[in-house]
Amino acid sequence: MTDPAPIAVLVEDEVQIRRFLRTALETEGWLVFDAGTIKDGLIEAGTRKPDLVILDLGLPDGDGVDFIRDFRAWSSRPIIVLSARTSEGDKIAALDAGADDYLTKPFGVGELLARVRATLRRKRGAADASSPVFRFGDVEADLTTRKVTKGGKTVHLTPIEYRLLTIMAANAGRVLTHRHMLREVWGPAYVEHGHYLRVHMVHLRQKLEDDPAQPKHLLTETAVGYRLVVE
Amino acid sequence: MNSDRPDPDQLLAEFNAKIARERRGRLKIFFGASAGVGKTFAMLASAQALRRSGTDIVVGLVETHGRAETEAQLVDLELLAPLALDVQGVAVKEFDLDGALERKPALILVDELAHNNAPGSRHPKRWQDIEELLAAGVDVHTTLNVQHIESLNDVVGQITGINVWETVPDRIFDGADEVVLVDVSADELLVRLKAGKVYLPEHVERASRNFFRKGNLMALRELALRRTADRVEDEVQAYRSDKSIQRIWKTEASLLCCIGPRPGGDHIVRSSSRLATQLGIEWSAVYVETPALQRLPAPERERILRTLKLAQELGARTTILAGSDPAALVVEFARTHNCSKVVIGRTALRPFWPWSRRLGQRMAELAPDVDLIQIGRGEALAPERAAADTGAAETDDARRRDKLLRYVWTGVACLFTTLVATILLPYFDLANIVMLFLLTVVLVAISFGRGPAALAAIINVAAFDFFFVPPRFSFAVSDVQYLLTFAIMLAVGLIVGQMTAWLRYQARVASHREERSRAVYEFARDLSSLLQTEQVVETATSSIAGTFHSKVAIIVPDAQERLTPGPGSSPSVTVDLGAAQWAYDKGQPAGTGTDTLAGSELLYLPLRAPMRTRGVLAIKPANRRLLLVPEQKRHLDTFAALTAIALERVHYVEVAQQALLTMESERLRNSLLSALSHDLRTPLTALLGLAESLAFTSSPMSAAQQETAQAIADEARRMHAMVENLLDMARIQSGEVKLRRQWHPFVEVVGSALKAAQAALMRHPVEVTIAPDLPLVEFDAMLIERVLYNLLENAGKYTPADTQVKIAASVSEGKLLVAVSDRGPGIPKSQEEIIFEKFTRGSRESSTPGVGLGLAISRAIVEAHDGKIWAETSPGGGARFCFTLPLGIPPAPLPEDAPLLERAGQGNA
Repeated sequence: MTDPAPIAVLVEDEVQIRRFLRTALETEGWLVFDAGTIKDGLIEAGTRKPDLVILDLGLPDGDGVDFIRDFRAWSSRPIIVLSARTSEGDKIAALDAGADDYLTKPFGVGELLARVRATLRRKRGAADASSPVFRFGDVEADLTTRKVTKGGKTVHLTPIEYRLLTIMAANAGRVLTHRHMLREVWGPAYVEHGHYLRVHMVHLRQKLEDDPAQPKHLLTETAVGYRLVVE
Repeated sequence: MNSDRPDPDQLLAEFNAKIARERRGRLKIFFGASAGVGKTFAMLASAQALRRSGTDIVVGLVETHGRAETEAQLVDLELLAPLALDVQGVAVKEFDLDGALERKPALILVDELAHNNAPGSRHPKRWQDIEELLAAGVDVHTTLNVQHIESLNDVVGQITGINVWETVPDRIFDGADEVVLVDVSADELLVRLKAGKVYLPEHVERASRNFFRKGNLMALRELALRRTADRVEDEVQAYRSDKSIQRIWKTEASLLCCIGPRPGGDHIVRSSSRLATQLGIEWSAVYVETPALQRLPAPERERILRTLKLAQELGARTTILAGSDPAALVVEFARTHNCSKVVIGRTALRPFWPWSRRLGQRMAELAPDVDLIQIGRGEALAPERAAADTGAAETDDARRRDKLLRYVWTGVACLFTTLVATILLPYFDLANIVMLFLLTVVLVAISFGRGPAALAAIINVAAFDFFFVPPRFSFAVSDVQYLLTFAIMLAVGLIVGQMTAWLRYQARVASHREERSRAVYEFARDLSSLLQTEQVVETATSSIAGTFHSKVAIIVPDAQERLTPGPGSSPSVTVDLGAAQWAYDKGQPAGTGTDTLAGSELLYLPLRAPMRTRGVLAIKPANRRLLLVPEQKRHLDTFAALTAIALERVHYVEVAQQALLTMESERLRNSLLSALSHDLRTPLTALLGLAESLAFTSSPMSAAQQETAQAIADEARRMHAMVENLLDMARIQSGEVKLRRQWHPFVEVVGSALKAAQAALMRHPVEVTIAPDLPLVEFDAMLIERVLYNLLENAGKYTPADTQVKIAASVSEGKLLVAVSDRGPGIPKSQEEIIFEKFTRGSRESSTPGVGLGLAISRAIVEAHDGKIWAETSPGGGARFCFTLPLGIPPAPLPEDAPLLERAGQGNA
């Protein structure tokens, strides 16, 4: 560990939640700075240059989405959002504004640390994305030859399915909202046609998952979007 | 140019008219030139044919006049018993309108459309009864003779010399859905008459002998044929406009009818109405009231007002203009109201002054662009009814007394002047003395008007001549110069008197107008600040009563649309609630001065606001003229409209307050729920996180400590699940949950539910069977996932470890059927329904955790999706939970695209 300790900024107004998040992150070797308001959070984020931001969406002085927009104006470091189960709209807004992942309250420490690791790995992976071959499970996708194999056998994908796969591969581990994927694949005119996306995702799963009804990699985040899990 | 494009307003009007027509009954008129042509017979014959084809027909009233062949036609037809009325000791049989409305057949026959009902009936005219039947959706067949058509009434009178009082407005005839002309040649009719086949009432026997002259009959037949031809032409026009819609209503040119003060105005009005109908344009009628005309005796004025009312009934917009120059006023009115044709009556008399010109000439000079139509005055056929009411007579008396008094005072003033002049004579020159007399004339003219001024001038001239001009005390004049003095004095007196009278008239007209607009202004201001219906009723009642010097009551409906005399109505007026309800329901005025229940003392005006009728204004006019003068009537209508708008505003204020209240309570509940869920979730999150972070403390814990920490975390999770369930239930029950339905492949929601229930199903193998051809289904994925999760969690909770859990989805009976089955103990008999109720578990004594809300929530969610959920015991033992969702019509899928790799070379992915 020659690198300096990674820095995390915690923006959360509940002291006890802040406390256990801090404990969990510190055991993982993080240097943690916390804030209870958006204003303080932005100051901390601005001065500490964090490698990760953990942000509660419900803060006393405003909407967490505003924080994400401000932060994204000058930094591309990952943001993990904490939110309640019933507020899909907030999650989608946060993800569309630039958040990388979300955790639904209440969550376990193990779950949190797994997400943190995945997020960081992805960021690091994106930095040295030299390999044209992308792998998950027994699926291999060669981005230069556009060849997709599963268990060594070639899989025929339609252009749309291939496009969906490449977008998800480029954002592996991250939640992609329906809107985002529709815009990327079909174009901005189709962002309301969620069923196109769902139908093609079912096809993609049938071709790439062992059990399409219980997917292991191409996961559904109900009412929010999709996530490709690599490991 | 888009003149050929259909005008949307017109299209809408046509559409609305069509809707109204469809709801209304249809009117068929058997139309004839005179009595005896066989209208009743033709009507009954057609009714017989309809009866045979199964139509529900009732004969409302038919006069067979004892003719055998007509009576034969009545066989097998259901007859409505006539209403026996007692009118001044004479038994009269009338058509029973209420009976007919109660019986409500598909078709009713009512003879003699033009019949006048006996006093005491609901409507004075039979055609009004028929209107009401049509409005109730009953088809009506009736008969009509040409002489009873309102606009042809006087023409027929001129031809036959007999005037008919029973008339039917043209709009009824023109508005009929079908008109059948029953035609017989004049000769044949005469043959029939001789054979005694034509019924003649005894009291018209003598007149009828003149009536049934061959010349008359031919003329009447021509009229009837023409009128029918006009109608047919209209139908052709209407058909054409239906086919290729063109502008049919020439709004740019309307007709103006000038009503003069002389008798015969009715003739001009009728002619104008005919002309306007033929040209298919709107028309107005004006009466110019000059100062001279204002002094007409009351009966004369009433006659003019009746003529105006006739014009209104014939469809004209009526106005009274005030001023001294009728020609200029009429021309100005025509200009401002876009009337390109002006109808005036031709004056037979030569003008009194050689230099004064006739109205027609003057108007022709003033407005060369206006078409001037001069109409000969019809013979004043109708004997003028001298219906001077006592009120008018009294005011006339008072006026006469007042006039006399003025002349007396004039005499006194002259006497006084002479006295003063006598005193001053020694000191002043005669030329100055005459000034004194002139002053008196001017003062008298200013104070008392033209007549007294003339009198003063004459007396003063005489007095001056007699007492002061030499030779004194004689009327002889020595100096011719004084003749000029006399002439000037007389002229000044007359001119000043004339001018004063004119000014005073103008001032009075202006002050009347000012009074009216001030009253409206004050009324509107008073109403604007009120916030309660009772206040509006009270204010409007007192204001209208004060302005119109009448007794007034305002009746507003209760929640059941019934009018009830509220506390605001003054007890001085006895309101006939039946009449008021009629006016309210129909949205039309009733009572005195109208066509409905004209015998009533009160006028019932519906308070019509933009959205709907808000109540009824009942007014007992102090003076009958109130309802005849168009300005007054309009003034009253303005007050009624203001009241209606105020009532509507108050109504919407109440509605808005109610909505605000509902919104507020909803907001409160929502914020309470979200605060509750936040406040419960936050400590649970902390609890869970803190318990788990114990494992990360620097000094490792013992196994027992670790277990405790894990137990705390698990309990926190369970508590969280419980809280979520409770909050969900509260949300669903408050109706706050809005379904976000979208089209989903069902397999996707199975996948996410299984993932969510991973922990609960850790020790159960799961088998998923989803029919391969399952279509997309529309549902709220979040909620259906929750249903599946609840069912899976239950299966995990209530079955022993390592037993299988199955999920199956298929299409069954046009619905999506989902079944979650387990191999556990199953559901006890008769418990299948109870477990879906709140806070129920399979077995009461069980130690299995969980408040029984999951199934209740699932049921609420599925039912919100119009589906069903139930539990049963599966054939192989164990419980099976099933739910259905409606399939609907999924959106069209995108065209299937070709596999990528086959086209890789084209590089278009």
